[in-house]
Amino acid sequence: MDEINNLLHGFSVALTLPNLGFMLVGITLGVLIGVLPGLGGANGIAILLPLTLSMNPTTAIIMLSCIYWGALFGGAITSILFNIPGEPWSVATTFDGYPMAQQGRAAQALTAAFTSSFVGALFAVVLITFLAPLLAKFAIRFGPAEFFAVQLLTFCSFVGMSKEPPAKVIAAMMLGFALAAVGMDSVTGQLRMTYGYPPLLKGFDFLIAVIGLFGIGEILLTMEEGLAFKGKHAKIDPKVVWSTWKTLPRHWLTFLRSTAIGCWMGITPGGATPASFMSYGIARRMSKEPDSFGKGQIEGVLAPETAAHAAGTSALLPMLTLGIPGSPTAAVLLGGLLIWGLQPGPMLFVEQKDFVWGLIASMYLGNIVGLFVVLTTVPFWAAMLRIPFSVIAPVIVVICAIGAYTVHSSMFDVVLMLVFGVLGYLFKKLRYPLAPLVLALVLGDMAEASFRQSMLISQGSLSIFWSNGLVGSIVGLALVMLCWPLLGTLKSWLQRSAPAAPAEGNAS
Amino acid sequence: MEENPGPQDAAGPSVGSRWPEAIVSALLVGVAVLVITDSLRVGNGWADDGPQSGYFPFYIGLILLASSGSVLIGTLLKWRGENPVFAERNQLASVLAVLVPMGVYVAGIAWLGIYVASFLLIAYFMRRHGKYGWPATGVVSVAVPLVVYAVFERWFLVLLPKGPLESLLGL
Repeated sequence: MDEINNLLHGFSVALTLPNLGFMLVGITLGVLIGVLPGLGGANGIAILLPLTLSMNPTTAIIMLSCIYWGALFGGAITSILFNIPGEPWSVATTFDGYPMAQQGRAAQALTAAFTSSFVGALFAVVLITFLAPLLAKFAIRFGPAEFFAVQLLTFCSFVGMSKEPPAKVIAAMMLGFALAAVGMDSVTGQLRMTYGYPPLLKGFDFLIAVIGLFGIGEILLTMEEGLAFKGKHAKIDPKVVWSTWKTLPRHWLTFLRSTAIGCWMGITPGGATPASFMSYGIARRMSKEPDSFGKGQIEGVLAPETAAHAAGTSALLPMLTLGIPGSPTAAVLLGGLLIWGLQPGPMLFVEQKDFVWGLIASMYLGNIVGLFVVLTTVPFWAAMLRIPFSVIAPVIVVICAIGAYTVHSSMFDVVLMLVFGVLGYLFKKLRYPLAPLVLALVLGDMAEASFRQSMLISQGSLSIFWSNGLVGSIVGLALVMLCWPLLGTLKSWLQRSAPAAPAEGNAS
Repeated sequence: MEENPGPQDAAGPSVGSRWPEAIVSALLVGVAVLVITDSLRVGNGWADDGPQSGYFPFYIGLILLASSGSVLIGTLLKWRGENPVFAERNQLASVLAVLVPMGVYVAGIAWLGIYVASFLLIAYFMRRHGKYGWPATGVVSVAVPLVVYAVFERWFLVLLPKGPLESLLGL
């Protein structure tokens, strides 16, 4: 068992006192970010990324990924106690979590949420441990055409799996690609789309986009809703935790199902949010008493939390092995790796063994530390939320501005952050998805490079994308994902037009 | 924001989403045109050594044009149809009540430095939106920039923009 040995070696890398300390700091910051509206996993990490540049990469990524785990945990606290999802993936947790809190079962709901988050993440990490090396070994034979095919699949699955209108998904994605292309072309050295404006020479940094879209945009949305925090009190004592834990094994099937959904949605870039909704929906449909959902059914907390955490964690699998992140937060982590000079992809497993296995080991440790931290500190976070938004909002704006400025020490970036903030607000309101925009911005250069290289190999013929079975089947799968919404539209159109057809002649 | 109360929306002072929808998609169409024009400028074909710089962005621009164009046309075609609510008037007002100070804040960073600007932003918010007394406002709005200074400039040695006050203090 090579993986076990590697993992044990990873533990020896991750288990140093400073690393454990940064883990604790990361988790705490992450929960804070998850609890506060306007700060989320993706932009929280984006803001803190410049601060970690002086650390060694392993420590830095451990801290940053722990922020991510913390944010995943933190989202549940606000959902259950305040009926305010701190993160989009915890919206589904409010459906049954808040009713449970209203019935005075807040402690049970929180324990259930944290534990299921932990279980979901743990399954996903085990999956990463054993699947990632295999996938990396497999992907090491990939040429540029295969890489482009996988990237194509990533973006096509967004179109196929998003709930937003496909035209808007594609538009948001293409905007990301277009922004990524601005600046100097790294192959020919030519300037593209700068229109003679010097600040555009270095292009659009995705960190700025993330801080603006998710940070400032979220503040504007929160402001619109006019938040007033009126929450339930919660104190978790060990007795409640224990008695809740004893009831949980009964729901093993829900755990299993939700983990499967989460891992699938995380690896294909569906992300944590749709995973949580899907898992909630399926749990309700499979339940013997579907009417009890929405009224404080504990399974309604377990299902979305397990799936969200499984998805959030397994999103790192394609990021590490293929260099293709499964979620915006994974995209930011990927950006961090690139800044540290680590090229994510199959070679990472060969060249940076210490780093990879240290990171995977830290996922185990981080989630254990995370579970412990959130279970013990809930009252503190709940108190935190009683700080009114009129204090929190400007402080978050200040943090975002600092984060945007420190990326390149440039005032232009701060202005850009504000522009992205307005864009993020408008996009959210008009149902343009933000995740494909960010992912395209991060992956744009890579996708372009692999596309160009494939074209060079084939001398400009697209036939390279079905030149062998592997690349052909990936491209085929991508096209199926791309056309998925069309099938639905076609079906409903047929159903709708069937009765109307005789009355109104259809000129096609 | 774009006002469009619409005589038919008797339900309340809300803003319909057809104007925002049309403007955002028109903006994206504009971006697509910029991308395509520039790709044609740098060349979207083949040079001796392979694809030119505009090769990939050209197609990105085309797809962006098609997708945002279809949203724009769809909105225009359904212009007289249903007009789902974009936001309530007072909601937009509170969004602007944050957005405008943010804009002033960003301008203020360039002029006054980030510390003084942050102090002003927090103080403004707490007085205006939180209705706090002067003591609480003073403590929070002074403490946050000081903490930021300690963490960034002292601990992590990251330099942040400064203004006349800092140069007066010789920092």
